[in-house]
Amino acid sequence: MFGLGTTNSLTMDKPHPSSLLDTGVQGAISRPFDRVDGPKKVSGAATYAAEYEFDNLAYGFLVSARIGAGKVVSIDADAVRSLPGVIDVVWDFKRFIRVAGQGGETKAPTQGVQEIAFSGEIIAIVVAESYEAARDAALQLPVTYEAGQGVFDLAVNRDEAYTPPDLVTPGHFAQGDVDKAMAEAPVSIDVTYTTPSQNSAAMEPHASTAVWEEDGSLTLYGAYQMPTSDASQLAKSLGLSAKKVRIVSRYIGGGFGSKLGIAPESVAAAIAAKQVGRPVKAVMARQQVFEATVRRSNTEQRLRLAANADGRLAAIGQESYVSNQPGEDYFEPVGIGTHMLYAGENRLISHLQIPVNYVLSGSMRAPGEAVGMIGLECAMDELAERLGMDPVALRKLNDASIDPEKGVPFSSRSLTAALDEGARRFGWKERPVARRDGEWLVGMGMASAVRGNMLMESSAKVEIHPDGSATVSSAMTDIGTGSYTILAQIASEILGIPVARITLELGDTNAPPAAGSGGSWGAGSSGSAVYLACEMLKDKLAKAMDVEADALTLKDGMAIGANRSVSIGELAGEGLEATGHIKPGKQEKETTQASFGAHFAEVGVNMVTGEIRVRRMLGVFAAGRVLNAKTARSQCLGGMTFGIGAALTEELYHDTRNGKLVNHDLAEYHVPVNADVPQLEVHFLQERDIHANPIHAKGIGELGISGAAAAVANAVYNATGVRVREFPITLDKLLAGLPDMK
Amino acid sequence: MKSFIYEKADTPEAAVRDIATDGARFIAGGTNLLDLMKLQVETPAKLVDISRLDLATIDDAEDGGLLIGAMVPNSDLAADPRVIANYEVLSRALLAGASGQLRNKASTGGNLLQRTRCYYFYDLASRCNKRSPGSGCDAIGGINRILAVLGTSEHCIATHPSDMAVAMRALDATIVTLKADGDRRRIPIHDFYRLPGDTPHIETVLERGELITHIALPKPPSGRQSYRKVRDRASYAFALVSVAGIIGMESGRIANASLAFGGLGPMPWRDPAVEAALIGQAPTIDAFAAAADALVADAKGHGSNDFKLPLARRTLIAVLRDLTGA
Repeated sequence: MFGLGTTNSLTMDKPHPSSLLDTGVQGAISRPFDRVDGPKKVSGAATYAAEYEFDNLAYGFLVSARIGAGKVVSIDADAVRSLPGVIDVVWDFKRFIRVAGQGGETKAPTQGVQEIAFSGEIIAIVVAESYEAARDAALQLPVTYEAGQGVFDLAVNRDEAYTPPDLVTPGHFAQGDVDKAMAEAPVSIDVTYTTPSQNSAAMEPHASTAVWEEDGSLTLYGAYQMPTSDASQLAKSLGLSAKKVRIVSRYIGGGFGSKLGIAPESVAAAIAAKQVGRPVKAVMARQQVFEATVRRSNTEQRLRLAANADGRLAAIGQESYVSNQPGEDYFEPVGIGTHMLYAGENRLISHLQIPVNYVLSGSMRAPGEAVGMIGLECAMDELAERLGMDPVALRKLNDASIDPEKGVPFSSRSLTAALDEGARRFGWKERPVARRDGEWLVGMGMASAVRGNMLMESSAKVEIHPDGSATVSSAMTDIGTGSYTILAQIASEILGIPVARITLELGDTNAPPAAGSGGSWGAGSSGSAVYLACEMLKDKLAKAMDVEADALTLKDGMAIGANRSVSIGELAGEGLEATGHIKPGKQEKETTQASFGAHFAEVGVNMVTGEIRVRRMLGVFAAGRVLNAKTARSQCLGGMTFGIGAALTEELYHDTRNGKLVNHDLAEYHVPVNADVPQLEVHFLQERDIHANPIHAKGIGELGISGAAAAVANAVYNATGVRVREFPITLDKLLAGLPDMK
Repeated sequence: MKSFIYEKADTPEAAVRDIATDGARFIAGGTNLLDLMKLQVETPAKLVDISRLDLATIDDAEDGGLLIGAMVPNSDLAADPRVIANYEVLSRALLAGASGQLRNKASTGGNLLQRTRCYYFYDLASRCNKRSPGSGCDAIGGINRILAVLGTSEHCIATHPSDMAVAMRALDATIVTLKADGDRRRIPIHDFYRLPGDTPHIETVLERGELITHIALPKPPSGRQSYRKVRDRASYAFALVSVAGIIGMESGRIANASLAFGGLGPMPWRDPAVEAALIGQAPTIDAFAAAADALVADAKGHGSNDFKLPLARRTLIAVLRDLTGA
């Protein structure tokens, strides 16, 4: 797959101390460029999955199961076939996928929809001449079910919990003896935190338009974060060779993990398109996005922290219950950040999975850290109080100089610097004790931030055209993060071609394969692929110029060397191209790689009602090289906003009687609105990571959420003296602890 | 969405004539009805569009009050200088509702007729006596965080979602209608809504085809006014509890009190006992507490909405403190 000619390949087996991004003189890298795709998006010219138009296009609407467990006995398609505009009712009990795919998987997601494993499972698709006609028929379609036994209450199946197979995070990890350390420690904390199921709630619903070509291949215009592996999932689901499936995802209206793998609408659209012999567009209704794609698992986390009298951690325990559908082994890796955040000899980080008949659990922005750091960082706040220590000081004291479990160095780690800088900028020293502002109790809280860094095999092609412009193409995606822009900046910096003269072609599996967007690896992985392609092109330009590459300066479309200045287009002759290819290597094991930071929050809590309003937040982050100061900041702002939601408002309600997901729309699943998001400040520390990749950048998309909710929660405690351990912290949980009103 | 016939009415008289077929419904802003139609919670066979009727003005009434056309957008009503000056509680309630875009579109008459936001009402796969009479109520024994604690029945515990209507109730508004037979009537808001009982699908006393043309406000009440809304996020969320309050003081005692509540009942709630506990009293915490106790005396939580009882008490006491300066 990756074996192309004119390819510059790099496996990260060794550090990469030099970077052409430091020697380039174009001045493109790190600058706060506006998004190159911005004008298209705001003018409606960017085409999203649900917006492709074809002659003879038919519209599909998915049919959702109305029971929570059991099986489909029959579907009375004839009852709706005669409705105006209806073309057909299509189902395939074997091939329809029951659940969404997990990120990066290349096999088919669990298939088979005669068996109902959860309320809202997609069992069929109605195809019609209009969306409205399809929806009408889908809602009226008579389906006969045979109800089965489901488990809808986590408490019921608690005893069935099992240790899931290892993912990136082990299901179970133990080092030393936490029980003993807890018994012997002068100061300890043993508390349980819970977080609810959550939904990514991306603005764009999942959508697929399936077009069968004459040669029997399929083109699917979808909204997917990882087209390369998603094409494989789709091909396997349909029983096709991967070569026969092309996925196009040029613009994606947010994913946050929910679009890492394929979702049920893709297979349904493809099968329906084949059956009716027309292109079929299937857009999930918002309720279906909630009910039938993916949730972040609920968690129950027992945190045990043992400390010496001086605050040094002797033990860290984080034992979690999470949940997923029976037979699905993905588990929410709650302890993922806990492995590397603090030193401490005795460690127990474990997960138990409870099988439950709810919608699949999978990745949502910062799987693991986003919820795991709520437990850990709130428990650290509790420990600091018990020790009589400042929470910032406690964290600095326990900053790990090497990986506390693997014994290897960190590739780069600026936790203490972030804590210090954050405390200074936020005015942490003035943290109030029982401060009041009219009816509002005011408090401040903080938390550390950590998010593991990943490098994923990716490739990209860069071409220089005779007119001096360039094209970058890759199956990488831009899910609203800024991929288009930063990849252009990398190419611009190295090739000396202005960003405005670089065309990006992303989101198409016809382009060189890439890992796509997920796990905050997109910039580092695809950015490195572009880097490597440009490195080779620079060599080619040097050769054409007959100078050493080191002696060649590329700037503003000109190649300068050996006292000559030639236009890059002229040097390129009939055009030059190169493919860059990056792969993770030994550096991944020889160093532990993560981005670090610190969150600070100030909140007001209304003394009468318990309403919480975040007043200001600061995040200080170190994530290696910042490729674009504006898009990087926006990523962090978005992450911090997710943190506000996780702390205060976001919760999926599962009806424990029948497994129904009760608040399946944006009116009742409360993501923060503008009025909930106050002044947010983001500050980046200067850092380079030579172990991560040749561009020296680490992941940033999920760093902003990791720890953010805990900072808000700790501020609520500081304001009220009420410690809520059941998230989200809604006003009803504070009422009993607020001052009496008579 | 089911197919439907669409007609546009040019006059109120034409509108009530056009509506006289089975399954016909008026549509004004459509901010609620269209959502319900997409989900097939509502399946009208015909829509009579009344949004262009000449009912979008706010006029001074002879009794010193205001006559508000049913088609006045919520945004316009909230921004009217007379409303801001004399009916502050109404302006504040309107601005506490929905979002800017929705308020621009939503009409005054339609706002009164919003359907409940009960999760189960919106979901065809759930039982709901309001949507499908006789099918049962999944909200009882289910998730009912946002549902009612007052005025409920064993058949329905839905809340009325409007903020505006709560203020209207505190202001003793009158709903002016045109009936299919050409008669007009004036319905005090006190008599406009119905408790669910065993017919929760019938929410008001409006007859079939009866059109709201105006809402009449009496002359401005004396005293101070406020609207306080408590919700799960700072905007774009329905009230968990809201209080519309008007309190007039004379010689250090409460002379007049009008208090209406949102988020608690199947209709904008008002309880004479709450006001009786205050009138003639000095503005003390004891008097406020007595009023708050009266409010929740018959209230009953259903599990996840139990917190509304203490929340309603606390919010009412705080509103009374603000309005009396105590």
